[in-house]
Formats: sequence, C-alpha cells, structure tokens
Amino acid sequence: MTQTSTSGATPAAGVAPKAVQLTGVHKHFGHVHAVNGVDLELSSGEIVAILGPNGAGKTSTIDIILGLSQADVGRVKVFGMEPRQAINRGLVSAVMQTGGLLKDLTVAETVEYTASLFASSQDVRNVLSQAGITEIADRRVGKCSGGEQQRLRFALALLSNPELLVLDEPTTGMDVEGRRGFWATIRKDAEQGRTVLFATHYLEEADDYADRIVLLRHGQIVADGTSSQIKAMSVGRTVRATLPGATEALLANMPGAETVEVRGETVFVQSRDSDATARYLLTQTAARDLEITARGIEDAFIALTGDTESEATTTGALR
Amino acid sequence: MTNPSLATDIAGRRVPGLGGFNLTVLKLEVRRLTRNRRTMIFAIAFPVFFFLLFGLSQNYDKLRAGHGNVSAFVMISLALYGGVISTTFGGAMVSIERAQGWSRQLRLTPLSPVAYIVIKVLTALVLGATSVAAVYIVGAVTGKASMSVGLWIGTGLSVWIGSLLFAAFGLFLGYLLPAENAMQFLGMILALLSFAGGLFIPVSQYPVPVQDVAKWTPLYGLNQLVHTPLLGNGVDWTWVVNVLAWLVIFTGGAIWRFRKDTARV
Repeated sequence: MTQTSTSGATPAAGVAPKAVQLTGVHKHFGHVHAVNGVDLELSSGEIVAILGPNGAGKTSTIDIILGLSQADVGRVKVFGMEPRQAINRGLVSAVMQTGGLLKDLTVAETVEYTASLFASSQDVRNVLSQAGITEIADRRVGKCSGGEQQRLRFALALLSNPELLVLDEPTTGMDVEGRRGFWATIRKDAEQGRTVLFATHYLEEADDYADRIVLLRHGQIVADGTSSQIKAMSVGRTVRATLPGATEALLANMPGAETVEVRGETVFVQSRDSDATARYLLTQTAARDLEITARGIEDAFIALTGDTESEATTTGALR
Repeated sequence: MTNPSLATDIAGRRVPGLGGFNLTVLKLEVRRLTRNRRTMIFAIAFPVFFFLLFGLSQNYDKLRAGHGNVSAFVMISLALYGGVISTTFGGAMVSIERAQGWSRQLRLTPLSPVAYIVIKVLTALVLGATSVAAVYIVGAVTGKASMSVGLWIGTGLSVWIGSLLFAAFGLFLGYLLPAENAMQFLGMILALLSFAGGLFIPVSQYPVPVQDVAKWTPLYGLNQLVHTPLLGNGVDWTWVVNVLAWLVIFTGGAIWRFRKDTARV
C-alpha cells in the first residue's frame, strides 16, 4: 500500500509533483526515536489522516513536513521542494492545536498582519467572513473564546490559499456539532483540489473524514490505506450461528476458521474467509440464525498498534 | 483526484521580497507596543515626570554645563533613560511572543527570522524616538533647558541611535527570560543600570569603590558619550570601549539565543 517513490526525480514542467514526499525519515529526541524510518507520499487532493496513539510520532512527522524541525536522516519534499521553500510560496499552511496567536492584537489585525507576509494573499474581509468571524473582527484575540480562536487560526491558514493544509488534532476541545461543521468546511475545501493532512487520535474522525489513513506506531507506519483496507487488515470476521450438539473438535477443520468457540448451542468462529465458513456451516451442518460481523476500525487499530497503553488511550478517546 | 491546475499554480507562486518585511507589520507592531499601558508609562511618562521633577529644580537654568545649562544636561540623561527603556522593552517583546506561540506561527509564514528581528528593532526604535522626543518637547516647552539648536538635534539623535544598544539587550534577555514577567524584571534592571551609569546622579558623586564598579556597567559609557557634544570635554576612549564591549556582548547573546530558538521551534 505504501507507494514506491520516484525518489530523486525533480518534477518535470507541467507535471504536478507529490504534495508530500517523505523518504526514510528518522528523528531522534535524546534516546527517543520519535520518527523511525517513515516513507510517505501524498498526492494532491487527498484527505489523509495520520492516526496513532499519543507519542506515536504524529506531531514529530508533521513538524518535519512543515519544516519546523529537521529530520536527522531522510529526504523531505513538499511539492518537490524543501518545506521552507513551499512555505515561503504560501503552498503549505497549518492549523496547530493551541497558542500561536497574539492576545493584544484584534482578530482583524491578526489576519491583516499574517496576510501582509505573503507575496499574494486572499482578501482579508473575505477570509474573515468565510471563517465566520466578521462580527468579532475588532475584538482583542485575548478576549475571544477557544472556538473563536480556532476559527481565527483556520482563517490564517486559508490566507495564502495553500495547496496543502496540515491540521494537528484540529477538533480537540470542539463539541460534536462543532466538529461536524468543521469537517464539512474542510470537505468542501478539498473538493477544489486542496490536499489535507490531519493528525488525530480520534478513530471515528479518521474513519469518517479521511480518504486514506496512515497508522503510526512507535514512529513507524504500520498500515496505510483506505478505512476499509485498514479494517480488513485486522484479520477477518466473526461468524456466529446456532448449532445444537456442536463440539469444538467437530468444527475445527472448517474452511477459513481460525478459532472456534462453542457456548451452549451457539458457535463463534473467527474466520479469515467468512464466506467459506458460512457456506460450510449452512450446507454441511444444521446451523441456523447465522450472523457475520466485521471487526470495527477500533479492533484494527488495537490489533495494529497493539500496546496496552495505546489501547487505553484510544478506547478513552472513543468515549 | 489530481488537480491539473496545480503544476501551473506552483510555478506561479512567488516568494515575498525582503523576507516578508513590510510596513503593515511595522505599523501593527508599533500599535501593539502603544497598547501596552505599562510600557507607555515606563517609556514615556516616567522619563518626562523625572525631568519635570529633577530637570527644572532650583537654578539649573542658570548653572552652566559646557555649551548649555544643567537643565539641558538632565534632559539628555532622562531622554537616554526613556530611550533605553523603549528599546529594551521593544526587543524583549520576543519573550511574550515565544510564550504565546506566535514565533512558531510565524515560522509557518514566509517571514524570515532576520526580517522578524529587523521588525523588532525598528519597532523598538520608533518607541525610542517617541520617548526621546517626549522628553525633549517637554524640555523645550518648559523653557529652562538651554543649548544651541545644533546641540538639541545632535544630542537627541545620539541618544536615539545610542539606545539601539539596548534593543540588542532587550532581544537577548527576551530570548533568555521565560514568559511575561520578563518586563517587570527588565524595569528593575534598567533602573539599577541607570543609577550605575550616572543617569540619575553623576557617577563622580558616588564613593570611589562604587565609581570603579559603575564604570564597567553598560549605561556608563553611553551616558558619557551622549553628553559629550554638550560638555565639549572630548571623548575618553574607555567610554567607547565600554559601549562596543557591551554591544558585542548583547548582540552576541541575542544571536546565540536566537539561533538556538530557531533550531528548536
């Protein structure tokens, strides 16, 4: 699923380069190997989630893409250039989790300040109205609520009309309503060809809004694919049926079966090939009331990032 | 999924000139500084108040000091006091910006670190000019300070340009000190340095051991130099060494911390 990179190739004229291209990237902080050999390519227009438990290397990876920190080893290209070059051209912008605003400027002044730094930027008034902060334009940033500040950060990120928008845990602290509204905006935006990369530890968020999920664990990519591909990676499905007189020994050699468990008249089969298992049960035995359930992305996540601590964090995040 | 217009769009993207430096930012930075009530009191109200208190007393207008009078001498001292407070505070604003995460936000824009420092220094100089002008205007209006027009302009400019030394000081400490109480701390330090440098009381009136120490402090040389045009007493090379040595220390310290900061963020 991880694409082979056309490494070293500079984009030919007229050919759109990859939005992001990381090749063999490593980053250490003291003894901690925060990013441990990441290869990642993003094509333009993709909405990609970097998913992983706390400390998996999400923020470190994002910082490297944004040029906020330097990779110890490896190649980092953003639209075929150094991250700093891409930022200088307004190709990349980001919404960070917290901070990043001056309390003593007004909302409009903050936008005006940031807009003035780019070679060309969108109209300040338009951006204010797009972000829904026109009515608080003259308010000091220090007096704005958390949600208003987040909308301001979003407005700042849109000023340069970036081709790549990077969001680090963008909806932390938002309620369900706010989160839904936020993603509706991002979706609409991406339809116009903008690439979106977001880090999250909310499984549902990655599942619902990303075209593609990159699963990080201990600074390594353990899975990379669509939501359903990721789910399929957590081996198989569960087949459940009612079968009077069944014994585990009798069913052990059933096609596709990984494990078989019998509780009274009910049989539970963990199956790699649920179709074959179901066909066998329905045709070769007296089984009835058959049910097939796919494991959720949560199971996939736990199976793939499989640490006890990470299980605790992710289940926590789901509730 | 791919965006056909992207390739052309990338080619059409430009990098801003001067590392992103522009007058809109300078205007907003100056506005921020004037919004800070504490800064305005320290940088403008205090020096003016001190001049009214000490510069106009008794017969200072009758007492000659070189090519002018003592009232003018005190005015220059207090203009320098205001000037260095302004430039120090202007430089030290980086500490607030780092604490609030704004420096990191700026790293996501085309603004170059050097352009950022230039903006900070220019902002500090605008406030410094306001301080010096405030003291000089009050000095002129109250009518006691007396020297030639050339000296009014010459000493005013020397004070203003000299206060640049403390923009480096403010930047250095702004990078060094944590968060927002940097300003209170700097207010105290500057008051001490002003005493040691002879801005409030001539150093010659301190006991000799204190004088010996005072001559090494960073405001001493600068204070002597800005009074030279008025006093016409010639330049002592130790004053120049004092100013240059502290300039090297402050600038070196600011560059050192600045480098560390840009590597880390």
